[in-house]
Amino acid sequence: MTAVAVTAVHAEPSFLEAGGRTGLLAWVLSTDHKRIGILYLFCLLSFFLVGVAIGVLMRLEQLTMGPTIMQPQTYNAMFTLHGVIMIFLFVIPGLPAVMGNFFLPILIGAKDVSFPRLNLLSWYFFVGGAILAVSSLFTGGGPPDTGWSFYAPYSIRTGTNVSLAVFAAFILGFSSILTGINFVTTIHRLRAPGMTWHRLPLFVWSLYATGWVQVLATPIIGITLALVIVERVFGIGVFDPAKGGDPVLYQHLFWIYSHPAVYIMILPAMGAITEIIPTFAHRTIFGYRFIAYSSVAIAALGSLVWAHHMFTSGMGEFANMIFSLLTFLVAIPSAIKVFNWVATLYKGSIELEPPMLYALSFIFLFCIGGLTGVMQGALAVNVHLHDTYFIVGHFHYVMFGGTGFAFFAALLYWFPKMFGKMYNRRTATIAWFPIFIGFNMLYFTMLVMGVEGMPRRYYDHLPQFHAGHVVATVGSWFLVSGLLILLGNFVVALLRGEKAEANPWGGVSLEWTIPSPPPVENFEEVPTITQPPYHFNPVGHP
Amino acid sequence: MSSPGAHAPAVHRDYGGAKIAMWLFLFTEIILFGGLFILYSAYRSKYPHEFHAAGNELNFVIGVINTLVLLTSSLSMALSISAIQQGKRRQSMLLLAVTVVLGAVFLVNKYFEWMAKFHHGIYPNSPELLQRPPGEVLFFGLYFTMTGLHALHVIAGMIILSIMLALLARERIRQDDYIKLENGGLYWHLVDVIWIFLLPLFYLAA
Repeated sequence: MTAVAVTAVHAEPSFLEAGGRTGLLAWVLSTDHKRIGILYLFCLLSFFLVGVAIGVLMRLEQLTMGPTIMQPQTYNAMFTLHGVIMIFLFVIPGLPAVMGNFFLPILIGAKDVSFPRLNLLSWYFFVGGAILAVSSLFTGGGPPDTGWSFYAPYSIRTGTNVSLAVFAAFILGFSSILTGINFVTTIHRLRAPGMTWHRLPLFVWSLYATGWVQVLATPIIGITLALVIVERVFGIGVFDPAKGGDPVLYQHLFWIYSHPAVYIMILPAMGAITEIIPTFAHRTIFGYRFIAYSSVAIAALGSLVWAHHMFTSGMGEFANMIFSLLTFLVAIPSAIKVFNWVATLYKGSIELEPPMLYALSFIFLFCIGGLTGVMQGALAVNVHLHDTYFIVGHFHYVMFGGTGFAFFAALLYWFPKMFGKMYNRRTATIAWFPIFIGFNMLYFTMLVMGVEGMPRRYYDHLPQFHAGHVVATVGSWFLVSGLLILLGNFVVALLRGEKAEANPWGGVSLEWTIPSPPPVENFEEVPTITQPPYHFNPVGHP
Repeated sequence: MSSPGAHAPAVHRDYGGAKIAMWLFLFTEIILFGGLFILYSAYRSKYPHEFHAAGNELNFVIGVINTLVLLTSSLSMALSISAIQQGKRRQSMLLLAVTVVLGAVFLVNKYFEWMAKFHHGIYPNSPELLQRPPGEVLFFGLYFTMTGLHALHVIAGMIILSIMLALLARERIRQDDYIKLENGGLYWHLVDVIWIFLLPLFYLAA
């Protein structure tokens, strides 16, 4: 894909400079996919920091036995908020909304997504949903205390402000659906000449699979959450056991979306990692088609495993066995990706630049997250581990160790392209140590405590768990200091970073053929693709 | 759905893209109702006799009349698209107006049907309803939710088609550019198709 030469002369102003309007309006009225991506980036990072702050407070509460800094009801609201903010406002939009918006059109050689105005609308839905979610804290009966899963019948009985919170999630679902529709259509219609399906960068394949999951799964959470509101307002009884309704059906409907949503979170993360690994191993990706089709396989199989969240809800033996089997199956395509990444590294000339460091950590942490997931897929083990800290540790390994690390790896990888500024690479590497060490102190301890029987969502703990909680809390301090160094480094780079080259990493996909930051229309002329992706020349032969 | 690249100086119309996006959107609508269909199936298999008894109380005749009204509106919708394809703008507008009016007729019928139920003390969480067996409570809970959600979609469809009518009047939808009307029509047909499933599930459950 080196067909288009890097233009040394800036014929066109970059997307950060161009445009008739100035100030905030130039951003919130812009239909440029790159500006929308950056709008999402700043919103998401703000919510991420809020979520982190709540997480730190929860860890502080667990530092001593008995009430430390809050009462039980506050703790209930805290874990609900932490979940809602992290899942609906950071991890689910995460890579697609930020990196997908910014890079999908560039990676396929297009000037924008298929529906730029719809794209902006989806950002407005996101902001609207976020505002509603935040206002649910201060209005009505106080912040919701149901957990992010809003399980019935408690969610239809509690006096807290559940209706507004689920309505917020409903609106956020619209945002997700519109992004999915836009991406799938864009990938079908706007590929540059010669950009065949098997020449698509694998990040695009992962966005394609994600787009389908967003389109096909999100409406289910829409109707489920709408039913919670209808149930609370009109009392129709579908989830209310007092009227003959079945709360287990709520759980089914909830997880029919929320399990595929896990793949909305992880697929684009895997895609970003697949871009980063070949660039820093200077080697073509191993098993292109396997990685591409495993994204689609994960999306398909991942839609059939939702009930493994409900093995202890009383579903029946046969259903339990089927869902356990399917859960084991979905591990296969994920493992295929891991093997391919590792095989790509083999005999590569590996450069341990910051993006690569975070990407390799992703592989390590995702393996722990994935394998602990397989453990819970086993029925007998699941009964022991259900609703313990093991679950909390497991999904933080997947969502934070997986998607979170991939998000930061992708940000480190593409930041120079997005803003035309290079951050301090040494600081980014230094930040990695407290992040990685703190992360494992925090969440691996949770895995251990879970096996020993520490239940999740308790604001207090028994003496035998005290040491573990202290280790986890201290780990959270390491983690947060590392994150602050990492994010502060980006802020410093934005303010006074040195100018980034067009291709600082020696990447070969299309975004590295255009200036940093890219011009408004991305490409001066639409590129024609003549080579397969990840076409690296052997080192020493540029 | 807006046409792609509308901000670009040279207007580039991608009909194929607009169609793909519309169909993806229709999938989401089907799955939205799909969640309710799952609930219906689960509760019907749990309470078959009560669903049968409750289904008997719905007015089969109004249900069938409303089905005919909606089917006719789908016909006029399709004819309206054919008309603009042949450049007959006035005819297209007339047929589109007929479609919107038939949608309104459907809603009026629905209103009287609901009101009749309310007068008999049957509405969600009503004291009268709660004395009945759980299967009937759920039947009527689902009936009001599903037909209510469908009615909201009819209203949304009527608003969309009214906008199309305005666009036709201003010649923003023309013989050589009618993708918006076609997509609006697809939405209207979807609303119709969902009703085709609601009719047997509730009115013919007896």
